[in-house]
Formats: sequence, C-alpha cells, structure tokens
Amino acid sequence: MSEPHHRHLRVAVVGSGPSGAYCVEALLESLPGMSISVDVIERLPVPFGLVRYGVAPDHERIKSIIDSFGEILSHERVRFLGNVAYGSDITMLDLRRYYDVAIFACGANSTRRLGIPGENLPGVFAAADFVSWYNGHPNATIERFALTAKQATVIGNGNVALDVARMLVNPRETLLQTDVPQHVLDLLVKSPIEDVHIVGRRGPLQAKFTTKEIVELGRLDDVDVIVDPCVLRVTESELKQAAPPTARMVAALRTLGSLPRGRARRIHFTFFRRPVAVFGHPGAESVVLEATEGDNDHGKTERARREVIEAGLVLTSVGYRAEPLPELPFDAVTATVPHTNGQVFDGDDTRPAVYVAGWLKRGPTGVIGTNRRDSLETVKALLSNARGFPRALERDPGAVVSLLRERGVEVVPWDGWNAIDGAEVARGARLGRARVKIHRLEELLQASSRCPPE
Amino acid sequence: MPYVVTAGCVDIMDKSCVLECPVDCIYEGDRMMYIQPDECIDCGACELVCPQDAVLYAEDGPETSLFLAATDQVFSAVGSPRSAKKHGPLGFDPPSIRELEPKDK
Repeated sequence: MSEPHHRHLRVAVVGSGPSGAYCVEALLESLPGMSISVDVIERLPVPFGLVRYGVAPDHERIKSIIDSFGEILSHERVRFLGNVAYGSDITMLDLRRYYDVAIFACGANSTRRLGIPGENLPGVFAAADFVSWYNGHPNATIERFALTAKQATVIGNGNVALDVARMLVNPRETLLQTDVPQHVLDLLVKSPIEDVHIVGRRGPLQAKFTTKEIVELGRLDDVDVIVDPCVLRVTESELKQAAPPTARMVAALRTLGSLPRGRARRIHFTFFRRPVAVFGHPGAESVVLEATEGDNDHGKTERARREVIEAGLVLTSVGYRAEPLPELPFDAVTATVPHTNGQVFDGDDTRPAVYVAGWLKRGPTGVIGTNRRDSLETVKALLSNARGFPRALERDPGAVVSLLRERGVEVVPWDGWNAIDGAEVARGARLGRARVKIHRLEELLQASSRCPPE
Repeated sequence: MPYVVTAGCVDIMDKSCVLECPVDCIYEGDRMMYIQPDECIDCGACELVCPQDAVLYAEDGPETSLFLAATDQVFSAVGSPRSAKKHGPLGFDPPSIRELEPKDK
C-alpha cells in the first residue's frame, strides 16, 4: 500500500433533501473503513427539502420518511448548517478551503413554462409554486393565492398534477389532518372550487401518473372523478404492449368511471389536448384547448378540435428544472450537472473533489427512494477516489462557522431545527392540529433561536 | 394500503428494490421478498425498479390476495424490526409460499 487515506475526510453536502440525506447515510455507512465528518449545508433554516416542501400534505405516510432522515442528519458525525446559501453565503472557494470534497444535492428548484399567450395573467401559476405555497415554503409569498375560482385547470400528466388537484378538492376533515400553515388551511377550506380539469397533451398510456395516486382519487368521498372517454377505448393489445405499471395505472383510471354522480366537486381527466392560450381580464377566466395529433386515433369525431373551458385558476405542471449553480458546469439541454457516476466533469477536465447527486445529477425523475440508489452511486465513486483529493487547508470544524458568522449569516444548527419543530407542534396544539407549519422565514429564524446556544 | 411483492419474485429475488427502498422495509424470505406493510411509506420506488414487475399496489387485484395473506403471516411472526438490513434474512417462508411450484430461473 502507498499513501494511507486522509486521516480524516471532511465532506460538505449541499442540500438536505432526499438525495442529500441519502448521501450522508451512505457516507456514514462507510465509517468502519474511514474517518469521516459531514457538514450539511442547507439554504433554508429547516432540513428535508422536497419531503417537507414538495410531498403533498395529505400523504402522511410518505412524509413519515422525515423520521429516518432526521436520524441520519442528527448523527454525531454530521453537522447541520441551516440558512446557509451556496453561492452567496458560501462559495466554491470556501468549500475547497474547508472541505476535502463537496457533494451538490440541491435539486431542481425552477419550473418549466408552457410558452403560450396569457401565461402571465393573474391566476396562472406553475403548479410547483402552488405546492410551495400550500406547504408553507418561506420563499412562497403568503398572499400569492386567493383561491376564489370555481373552475381550475391543471396542465400536465404527472403525480404533481394529481397532488395539486387533490389538494384543491380535499374536504376540510382531510385538510385538518395535515400540517399546512393555518392561513393556507383557511383558504383551502373556504375555497369555492367545483371543477378541476387535468389536461394532458398525450394519452392515458403516456401519462406519468402512478397507480397508487389514481386509486387514491377513487377514495375521495365528496368528489366525482370523470375520466375522458378515450380511456375506455384503450385496447387490450395496447395495454399488453405497455409497461405493466402503466397498464395497471390505465386500468385504475378506467375503474374511476366517467359519469358524474352529483357530488359537490369534480375532477376531470382530459387527454390529447394542449393549451394554446389563456384568456381573461384582469385575470385568467378560460383556457383554450386544442386537440393534439394522438387524438387522430381516439375520438376526434366526438369533440371539436378546439374547445374553451372556464378556468379562474390555471396551474401548469410540466416539470421541474434545475438552474445553473455558480462555479459548477451545467448542461442547459438536460438541465443537469455533467458527471460520471456522480463525479462532476467540465469538458475534458474532471473535478477531482466535486460530486453531484439527485435531481441535479439525473434530472427531476423518480420517487423518493430512487434517490437512495442514486446517492449510493455518487458516494461509492467519491470513496474510491478519496485518496486523490487535495487536502483542505483549514481542518478546524469551527472555522467555517466563524467565517459564516463574520459574514453576517445566521447559521441555524440542528438544535435550531429542533426548536422550530417544537414550535410547529406547539402551534398545532393551540389550533387542535398535530402540527402547523411556520411559513415566514423571519418566524422560522425566530423560532430557531429559541434553542440553547451550542 | 401499501405495496406487496407478488409471484414474479418467487425463486428470483432480484433485490433491486432493496437498494431503493427509502425505509429498508423489504425483508428477504427463502423464496421471495416481503414488504413490511406498517413500515412501508407508499413511495412506490420498488414498483418502478422491479425487473420482474412483481411489486403491486395492494389494491391492484386478485393476483395480490395470496401474497397479502403470506405477508401478513410473515410479519405476525416477525413484527416490525424497522430495518431489513439489520434484521438479516428471515430464514423462512409461510406455508402458502413454500408450497408454490418451483419456478425455472
């Protein structure tokens, strides 16, 4: 054997969502062979990324993953540095100085747009903004949504489209079980919504829904689900040719039925239609839909090539997109950071000690668990290269925190998150709910500082 | 109502699901894998990754009933160990699975 490993490997993981948490887990599991400490750098004062701010509030089972992420992030070898933004509070140069290696796991925070007339009218939003808002994301303006529309249209055929549709029609009892901020709950409960149209450019066989999310809609007590008749015309041979999970999803769509039963609220599935414009003054009032090519096979005779549906609220759910980060290469076509098994490369130049994981690495696909294998791949590559990393000059773990404080950054440690957690549960207790999320950044920071000093 | 491993897994046990399960709730029997229904958080990663297409959402249909019952038997005996990795292989299958015809690999 030549050189031994670094006596100690100091790792920065940027982002504390699923991919960041799984990177930390994989790093900790390598411990027997290596001495490692991990700083998790998170731009918000709170951990968990899209588990806290993306997963639908009525999916409590999925949200319960927070418990195991909490165990990982509060491990004795791990330090949480919340409210620290990469690029402004801490730079690549800083990371090189204080850490032997950095993993970027900061997800895809931007959204794709439709590029149609009327898209900028009041009442038209990215579904992701609605998701951020109802989940109480500090960057989502509280006053952004008024929820006065009776008719809503959701453009897109993935699970996010189903999440936002469900959240729009959920009954009060279901909403009360969630942790949404109180002002969000109040608006959702008062919402006069009657119809939500989920519109897909392609057909049911191309939809990205999962079976579970479709089956769930059938359990909404006071909601009729009205499925486009084209779903019934999907042939047996088409189903056989489809991937089995897709075939099961389409079968589940079929069983939802296509007839209104007179319930107060309705979700409509409309396929083979694309939005061409949004009209209204001063805000959205209607969406113009046009039949797409795929419809040549199915039912174009039944409906006009163009139709107008009423919509005071339009949510576009056509995908998340990562934005380029300072000092990191970026492929604008795939909106990901170029890498080999997680190791970042820039042209011919491999970055020896910079890695990437999660949506920033592979694009916004998959479910929470998909990130586990993905993060494992990154960490395996990292560990196999570890002996080649340039050793960080600054070895004192306190130094980076001092630097951040000098820069006026109010670093929120894990105890600070625990204090926020406690404050949210206490707020819930006062309002007769299990937890009520704190929405405003200032309030999160205030709550975090009510923890004992380090 | 969580996910359940079905016929496709018997005598195959590819275990791709184990790497992706975010809560490590997929336990290894002698002939197939079993999802601990109280530990499963319904994320669906296993369904997407299974090359045998053996994982179904529990309400999917008649092909699940035998395996739901078998799963129930397994975890009546084992309980909720909270980590398949730490628990290790179960070392058994319930009779209904033991008695299935062997599958050619």
